[in-house]
Order: sequence, then structure tokens, then C-alpha cells
Amino acid sequence: MHDLKPLTALGGSEPRIERFAHVTIAENDGLALASVAARMGFEAECHGTLKALLGAVPGPGQAILHDPEAGFWMGPDQWMIGAPKDTHELLADNLKVRFADTASITEQSGAWVCFDLIGPGMADVCERLCGVPIRKMVAGDAQRTVIHQLGCFVIRRADADHLRILGPRASAGTLHHALVTAARSTA
Amino acid sequence: MIIHHPLLGPRDAAEFTYMGDAKLIDRPDWQSETAAQEFYEYGYLRDNPAGWHKELWFHEAGDRSWLVVTRNTLTHEISNVELARDVARARGRSK
Repeated sequence: MHDLKPLTALGGSEPRIERFAHVTIAENDGLALASVAARMGFEAECHGTLKALLGAVPGPGQAILHDPEAGFWMGPDQWMIGAPKDTHELLADNLKVRFADTASITEQSGAWVCFDLIGPGMADVCERLCGVPIRKMVAGDAQRTVIHQLGCFVIRRADADHLRILGPRASAGTLHHALVTAARSTA
Repeated sequence: MIIHHPLLGPRDAAEFTYMGDAKLIDRPDWQSETAAQEFYEYGYLRDNPAGWHKELWFHEAGDRSWLVVTRNTLTHEISNVELARDVARARGRSK
């Protein structure tokens, strides 16, 4: 019998947490993700299922911070759905059953690394990292941008000092380095 | 230069990548008698206007959508921005 232990995106057995006086950078290993792309001609049905799932259809640049499933807009007729991994590990399979032929569902949990930036210095750190108008963003705003040459999503969560960053998992170490460098330079 | 994205509002041109003349949407019919000549022109020949030009821009650092931007090559003024898929569908390109 194999005794396999899952590793986080940064390669540890536990998520890595960097604490600074003004901000905490926490690797978030507890997220299951799946993308939803409406199929042509089935946009209305897909919207209906999204609304039933999240309570509303996320518009451009928007996230719906619903519990347990949350979702944000990625592009025209494309959304990302996230949920706690503990309870929704088979998120993509379950969504496929729900959306059937109205949307294409792709498992995304293994494609992204998630970092939570929390603290009073969150906006200062974000400004060093990317060009999103962080001080104008409100809870539920989600933007795709480039951080350290990596295409990332930044999502303003419910708490005013909480920013969630999703970046490419294969470059988790690079993104983490960029976040920590920005945090040090704003300390 | 600021590009007014139809969905996301004004965005810096640095977020976009220029992808060429918007005539690339008008792919020739491969079954045409003169397909070889038409594909030669489609693949290699471009107008180079000093003035208004319809061009494709890819929102690489944003939502990854393709846009048709009508830009004046003399002044960089932008008069119109549309989603490329809307332009293509209006011309019957999407099946």
C-alpha cells in the first residue's frame, strides 16, 4: 500500500505563510476550481444554471462571493467556479452533471496557485505588483492582470484588507517570490 | 494610448498585443476556383494606410478577448472598439 502525501503548490506539506507587520501572504491550498465556458447557442441555459449555483451571473470584472461555491468572470461567456477542496474535491465532475451540454467544464484545481494577501498594507503591496486600480476596487471585483510576467487573477474579497491572487501553479515559486519581494519593499 | 474595451472600460495599450489587420477575419473560401490566389493575398498582402485602419488587438494581460480597434495610424486616435467575435458573427463567420 502506497502512503502518498499531497504537496502544496510551493512543495511543502503545509501551506506556507509569510507574516509581515503590514501584510500576511498565505498560500491557500484549500481551493477546488473548475472553469465554465458557455457553448454557443446555450448561453441562456448556462446563465440560468450559473444563477442557480451562485445566486447571480458574474458580469465582466466581477466575482460573486457566494458560499460554498463562488465564481468570477474570466472572459466573454467564461467563468471560474471555486469551492472548498475539503467538501468539493470533485467540483468539475459535479458541475459537468449540472451544466450538461450547455457548457464546457474544465478541472482547474491543479492549474492555479492561490495566495491570500491580508492586512493593512495589502493595497501598497498590490500596487507594486500590478496595474489594477486596487484602491477603487470593492468587494467582489475580479480582474485578470500580469504580475511578474505571469497572467494572474486578483479578486477583492469581502474584507477590505483581503486580496486573493490566483496565478499559474507551475510558477508558484516565482509568484511567491514576487509577492514576498513586494511585501519587503513596502514594509 | 488608451483602448476602451467594450466590456472592461478604458485600459492601457500595454495590456494588449497588436495582432495585425482586421481583414484576417475575412478568410477566403477554400473551395473557390481562385482559392490559391486568394489565400496568397490573405496571407501576405496588407494595405498600409496613413489614416483610419481596422486592426486586431488581443487583450493578453486582461480577459484574453480579441478586439477590432479602428485606429488612425497618423494620430493614434481610436474611433471604435468592438469584440472581434461580434464583428465575425455579424459577417456570418461563426458556425
